[in-house]
Amino acid sequence: MQKTESPEESRRKLDKIVSDLTRSILLKDELTRFWFFILIMFAGVGLWGWILQIKNGLGVTGMGDYISWGLYIANFVFFVAISLVGLLISSVLQLLKISWAKPVSRAAEQIAIAAVALAGIIIVMDMGRPDRLLNIFLHGRYASPIVWDLTVVSTYLAISLLLFYIPLIPDLALLHERMGPELPTWKRKLYKVLALGWKGNDLQFKTVYHALRVLMILIIPVGLSIHTVTSWLFAATLRPGWDSTIFGPYFVVGAFVAGTGALIILMYVYRLRYGLKEYYTDMHFDRMGKLLVLVCLVYLYFNINEFFVPVYKMKLAEGVHLKTLFSGGYAFMFWFAQIVGLVLPILLIQLKFFRRPLPLSLISVVILLSAWFKRYLIVIPTMEHPFLPVQNVPESFHHYKPTSTEMLIMLFSFFAALLIISILAKLFPVITIWEVAEEQGIDKEYLTEKSNTQ
Amino acid sequence: MEKKTRRNFMKTLGASVGAAGVLSSGSLLSACNRVEEVSGDKITLLTSSGELVVVDRSQLKPAELPSLTENQLRGRKGLPGRSWVMVIDLSKCRNARECMKACQSHHQLRPEQHHINVLQMQDSEDTAPYFMPKPCLHCDNPPCTKVCPVNATFKREDGIVLIDNERCIGCRFCIAACPYSARVFNWKEPRDAEKYEGVTYNIEANVPQKKGTISKCLFSADCLRDGKLPSCVSACPNGVYWFGDKNEDAVTNGTTKETVSFTQLVKEGAAYTLMKELGTRPRVYYLPPKGQEASPIEGDHI
Repeated sequence: MQKTESPEESRRKLDKIVSDLTRSILLKDELTRFWFFILIMFAGVGLWGWILQIKNGLGVTGMGDYISWGLYIANFVFFVAISLVGLLISSVLQLLKISWAKPVSRAAEQIAIAAVALAGIIIVMDMGRPDRLLNIFLHGRYASPIVWDLTVVSTYLAISLLLFYIPLIPDLALLHERMGPELPTWKRKLYKVLALGWKGNDLQFKTVYHALRVLMILIIPVGLSIHTVTSWLFAATLRPGWDSTIFGPYFVVGAFVAGTGALIILMYVYRLRYGLKEYYTDMHFDRMGKLLVLVCLVYLYFNINEFFVPVYKMKLAEGVHLKTLFSGGYAFMFWFAQIVGLVLPILLIQLKFFRRPLPLSLISVVILLSAWFKRYLIVIPTMEHPFLPVQNVPESFHHYKPTSTEMLIMLFSFFAALLIISILAKLFPVITIWEVAEEQGIDKEYLTEKSNTQ
Repeated sequence: MEKKTRRNFMKTLGASVGAAGVLSSGSLLSACNRVEEVSGDKITLLTSSGELVVVDRSQLKPAELPSLTENQLRGRKGLPGRSWVMVIDLSKCRNARECMKACQSHHQLRPEQHHINVLQMQDSEDTAPYFMPKPCLHCDNPPCTKVCPVNATFKREDGIVLIDNERCIGCRFCIAACPYSARVFNWKEPRDAEKYEGVTYNIEANVPQKKGTISKCLFSADCLRDGKLPSCVSACPNGVYWFGDKNEDAVTNGTTKETVSFTQLVKEGAAYTLMKELGTRPRVYYLPPKGQEASPIEGDHI
């Protein structure tokens, strides 16, 4: 932490921080409008797909009595995985007092909120009778992993929202004080209401620090649970490919890989779009790259355990499943995910060049893509090979091919997630202003005063 | 997010229940009015036994329909003191598929939906292929009922694993959990949906089927309540099925109607259960396919 001497210096620095970090809120160009138009349009088209599905039944999907979970469940697992980055960045790294992770944590929470919200929506879209959703509350049985999942996913969403909101309170008060007519009145009013009468005194800051610390600790067991329980939806069955004891930690580590990748991409976009070079510096990307290598290495270790132990034994049904992955119809996806999406990034990111913002972001795109492949491979191939032969059913029941309706709904989920992130970025600063100010040694007393430049 | 949807859902639910109430009372009223038009205070009615009777209008009361809840409560409990078991003699199966037909017609299933499915099996290259009818095995340690989030599938006292399609939310976790692929889903509108619209749901036969819900073999629990054998058992022309009560230690052959001791049949016939290593403890026993003449299988087997 640097020490800033004079009040003028402090005020000048703070003005610059505020003007840099409010760019995401104030930006009103064609590109923003176009981006929101695209998001809303595609999300809307996807929603229309769901309406079609409700009308005609799940028969509009490519699923059948044997492969009865498809793209929706794969997307569900993918989104739960992505959301875990909130736990990693804004809790684990903060508790370890890793200071470079501070400016990244709000972006991580944006991803966590959007992804976990969409995970909840997708699971409803996968239901044959979404109109009976209430039955889970009326007749819920605590013996079913679905009820555990519902419990932890909603708890995780709640804690993530709080972890997003509480550090935002001082910023909201600051924005309300400092922002003038360039901000629409409704936004200023919103900030005022959400700031909860923040004065910025020591007692209030103490409360914020305390609350954040409690939440950071609380989110660890909850975050680990959401992905562990999600893995149990599969591991609690007897099917080859799912009947695995390491599925819980395997999913959690895989989630860290996917989430870190997603966060790097988002950081790069923010840096470029909102001119945040001084906040998301090359150092941040360098550190994120190292973090990515770490989680990839752990994930590789789990992959070796998950696949090579059963391959060594080749139990009958398990062997059929593994053959389709290794050399059958899913071989491309499988090896892409393992080699291009895991081994190659581990090797490349160790070189300093690939930890620079652009190369690292491109690698992250590949990692995210193969993370999605991985989720698809976890759900679908296992269902294609039940213990007993598939007979006396139409040819379409033997294989799974997503239909256009499923694609539409998938489109909805991705665009809706991006929409949530974009709305959060448009409403609130993407980096916590007061934390940056604190980091630069600006005294807290300047945070609450009106800007002297206006 | 979750909370908001739930609240909206409650609101719509409240509104629709209210609307339904207004509608039904309205139709009840209009029905009464029509009666009044026909004959002043006395009206002529046709009874269910075919007699014409004249009744005072004030005597009219709405008929008592079999209540859905009562039906379901009864269906969830099962037949007291019973413990149903099935023995399938694979040496007798000639792939006549009469069981599949009878089952599909009893449970109003589409042609691709099977509560019972006759599979062509071959355990290894050197062993003979054989036909294996596969109903739900009504496991005593059922993987499917464990995972149901809403208790829509459950194990009854008499050993049957049943489904309540008025409760099912269509998550299909039970399909994923069942290692025997015994469950089917109503992906589309069920067979003859219009024909059976408004018919009171019979949980023990799982009819009428409902779109977006699960279905599976129920040992024809409705037949059992009436003292009859399950549809597949009585439809078999080859004497494959034995069905009965383990508590009575008696099983009856669906074709010959011969009754024998269950323990004796399974012991002497060297009966086995399917994939016993999974620990599901099925209630369906198989007698080995000794001397069965199935033709070799083309593809499709593990």
